[in-house]
Amino acid sequence: MEAINYSEKIPNNVNLAGDRTLQRALEPWQPNNLKWWSEMGPDSAQAFDVYLRTAVSVDPSGWAHFDHVKMPDYRWGVFLTPAAEERRIHFGEHLGEPAWQDVPGEHRANLRRIIVTQGDTEPASVEQQRHLGLTCPSQYDLRNLFQVNVEEGRHLWAMVYLLHRYFGRDGREEAEALLERRSGDADHPRILGAFNEKTPDWLAFFMFTYFTDRDGKYQLCALAESSFDPLARTTRFMLTEEAHHMFVGESGVSRIIARTCEVMNELKTDDPARLRAAGVIDLPTIQRYLNFHFSVTIDLFGADQSSNAATFYAAGLKGRFEEGKRNDDHRLHDATYKVLEVRDGQLGERDVPMLNALNEVLRDDYIRDSIGGVSRWNKVIEKAGIPFRLTVPHKAFNRRIGTLANMRVTPDGRVVDDAEWQAHEREWLPSAEDRAFVASLMGRVTARGKFANWIAPPAVGVNKQPVDFEYVRFN
Amino acid sequence: MNAAGRDPGEVLRQHLIDPEICIRCNTCEETCPLDAITHDARNYVVDPEICKACGACITPCPTGAIDNWRQVLRVNVYTTAEQLTWDTLPAPIEVAAAADDDDLPPEVARITAQASEGQGGHVPPPWSAAHPFVNLYPLSRPAVATVSGNFRLTGDDASSDIRHIVLDFGATTFPVLEGQTIGIVPPGTDAQGRPHHIRLYSVASPRDGERPRYNNVALTVKRVTEDHSGMPVRGVASNFLCDLKRGATVNVVGPFGSSFLMPNHPGASLLMICTGTGAAPMRAMTEHRRRQIAQREGGKLMLFFGARVPEELPYHGPLMKLPRDFIDINLAFSRVPGQAKQYVQDRIRARGDDVVRLLASDQCHVYVCGLKSMEEGVAQAFRDVCRRHGNDWDAMLPRLREQGRFHLETY
Repeated sequence: MEAINYSEKIPNNVNLAGDRTLQRALEPWQPNNLKWWSEMGPDSAQAFDVYLRTAVSVDPSGWAHFDHVKMPDYRWGVFLTPAAEERRIHFGEHLGEPAWQDVPGEHRANLRRIIVTQGDTEPASVEQQRHLGLTCPSQYDLRNLFQVNVEEGRHLWAMVYLLHRYFGRDGREEAEALLERRSGDADHPRILGAFNEKTPDWLAFFMFTYFTDRDGKYQLCALAESSFDPLARTTRFMLTEEAHHMFVGESGVSRIIARTCEVMNELKTDDPARLRAAGVIDLPTIQRYLNFHFSVTIDLFGADQSSNAATFYAAGLKGRFEEGKRNDDHRLHDATYKVLEVRDGQLGERDVPMLNALNEVLRDDYIRDSIGGVSRWNKVIEKAGIPFRLTVPHKAFNRRIGTLANMRVTPDGRVVDDAEWQAHEREWLPSAEDRAFVASLMGRVTARGKFANWIAPPAVGVNKQPVDFEYVRFN
Repeated sequence: MNAAGRDPGEVLRQHLIDPEICIRCNTCEETCPLDAITHDARNYVVDPEICKACGACITPCPTGAIDNWRQVLRVNVYTTAEQLTWDTLPAPIEVAAAADDDDLPPEVARITAQASEGQGGHVPPPWSAAHPFVNLYPLSRPAVATVSGNFRLTGDDASSDIRHIVLDFGATTFPVLEGQTIGIVPPGTDAQGRPHHIRLYSVASPRDGERPRYNNVALTVKRVTEDHSGMPVRGVASNFLCDLKRGATVNVVGPFGSSFLMPNHPGASLLMICTGTGAAPMRAMTEHRRRQIAQREGGKLMLFFGARVPEELPYHGPLMKLPRDFIDINLAFSRVPGQAKQYVQDRIRARGDDVVRLLASDQCHVYVCGLKSMEEGVAQAFRDVCRRHGNDWDAMLPRLREQGRFHLETY
């Protein structure tokens, strides 16, 4: 096996060059990772030179280094946000004790499970998106897709680092398994449902990066509070990259809306058929995609009442979003929280112990944040003078997990029977025809500065480069 | 930017976030070392009372929304309360004094702010200064210059290697005035794989070129082999420049600077104080005036110039050939064997009567350029010579600043 020049090949701030145990674990894993990348990474794109951002150190000037690189040569680094001196546990039963620099025996299984579940989503999304490059709407968007992909690859690396460094043999086996599961594979599926769904087109991709990567943000934020300091510091650093993914989603959908509004004003119509004939995605279709991705994503937070969530919190493994900024006792023995339930065919609220409802707490924080971006999309529509507004569907709409699973609830929160659901499902969720139409728009635009007809160019380029910069050299 | 107790007419470069592009990801707030960034449910905003324009938030921002700057008068600064109500950024307002500095690369703004810190506040250019072009070539789109000369200025036996480097811009427009700087980004990356930082150099040639009517500029570059405290260190940019061969090409950004400029009206006097490569802008101004001699417009030139030994004094030979009735030259050497150490402040004190006479004139424009360590000595010397003549330097300084007649750049 070829020796690895650690500091060159794997930028890191974890003293990789001086850690023989870690090297021994990574040496067999690294070629397998590259093999996975060549098989399951972006399709037919490994020879392109892509204008990518690489993190080469954790300080503000070092973590965003831009250059044209081939994706297999991307330097997937291992970075932890610098340690806070004498960090202390700030929630749960260990509140006030020093943060753990190693894994306590009694929490080993749970921490491993948390890390594996998070780690599994990273390669899963790369697999889900691997064909999108073949239908990119521009070089700029293609570059953004690949940036998201390589950073998901780095997040996999980050989780594998934790498994290798802190979980011994079990950790190494779990790290291997992360490369063996496949998104959508019936025999070896990825762990979470949403990560086995297809990302069939660019509207779905933008919705996914807006909604589902935002779930990633909230999970990472909760883990960044963890008493297990290496996990907290790893996830804190990942958040900086996650922000780019949400930007790709938010600006992508926003640009699609802007283009649709432009054509609506040109043709002076809101008729979906005429707009589709003009080659843009009508706003009701965008609303249906939104409904789908929002509802599938909020399932990722888990059951509304969960004893696991209570255990993770009490043990100090996973905090709440911005735990440090909340003014309560951070133990939550007496706190309650309102969760939804269906009683006598009506949606109502019920108080339950907050410790058991922590998934719901995180889900509600997530929903507040998601709504913010949707209102910014509405500003684009408003600015164009069009009287249509996108909305976020009710929390109970189209749920598959928790108390609300398989209830028939409309986007505006009415409980309905099967017949009514069937009669209106096509108005609420993307139909096969919607998806076929969006798929029909997916050509491939690769000329510099050119954009597909259904999407507006971005307001600014990447890293202050012009919009018509050569973001990808196809060689 | 610190607003407390400052001149309300001062022009600020205010850092703003574009609410139309921002995705409210919190990365900037997380990154800011001073906690200058805050948010509500609607917007993320920068507090102008806290932000020091350090630039730490710029690269982590995934959207580019963070990189917005507006020239505003201090009295009109946008408060955080105001910014929180915005849906779009306000249109840029024309601010007379420094509108051209808008959109300067943050690194350039930071270096410039540090260099002119010793002035004690914003200084407009002299009223008769020519209009400068600023930031024509940003980092993302540098101009390419060809090296047409690279000569050692210091003696063969001198311990420091100071070079006169001439860059030719060919057919590329690169208008630059005496006192302005240009930026060089050395090619390649540092040990961590990061691009090198930009370095700014004052031009040493006058506006019509090192060789008149050719599109070229000269730089005075000292090869850096040790830091200010004498520890060995290899200056990346200076060594890159000093090693350039004739015909090599180099990426140049800029020009920068809209304050440290020379007056152009008949009768204007220049009092110039410099050490080492701080001579570059003084050479440029002197050379411009020399080329104007035939017009007999009057105005004195007085120069105080310090170095360790004569062999290390850039442009020593040509300088000594200038007519005495054109420029009053005062050299100070601090390391000549067998001689008492002389610094520029000692020469200023020795010429106190003439210095005060010049300072008392409304035509006098003062320029100081060199190492940071000279600032205090020069200020003290001005204070002393003024007091001896019943004047108060500290009372005189604000007026000189206000009229664009006191300029200082130190590093």
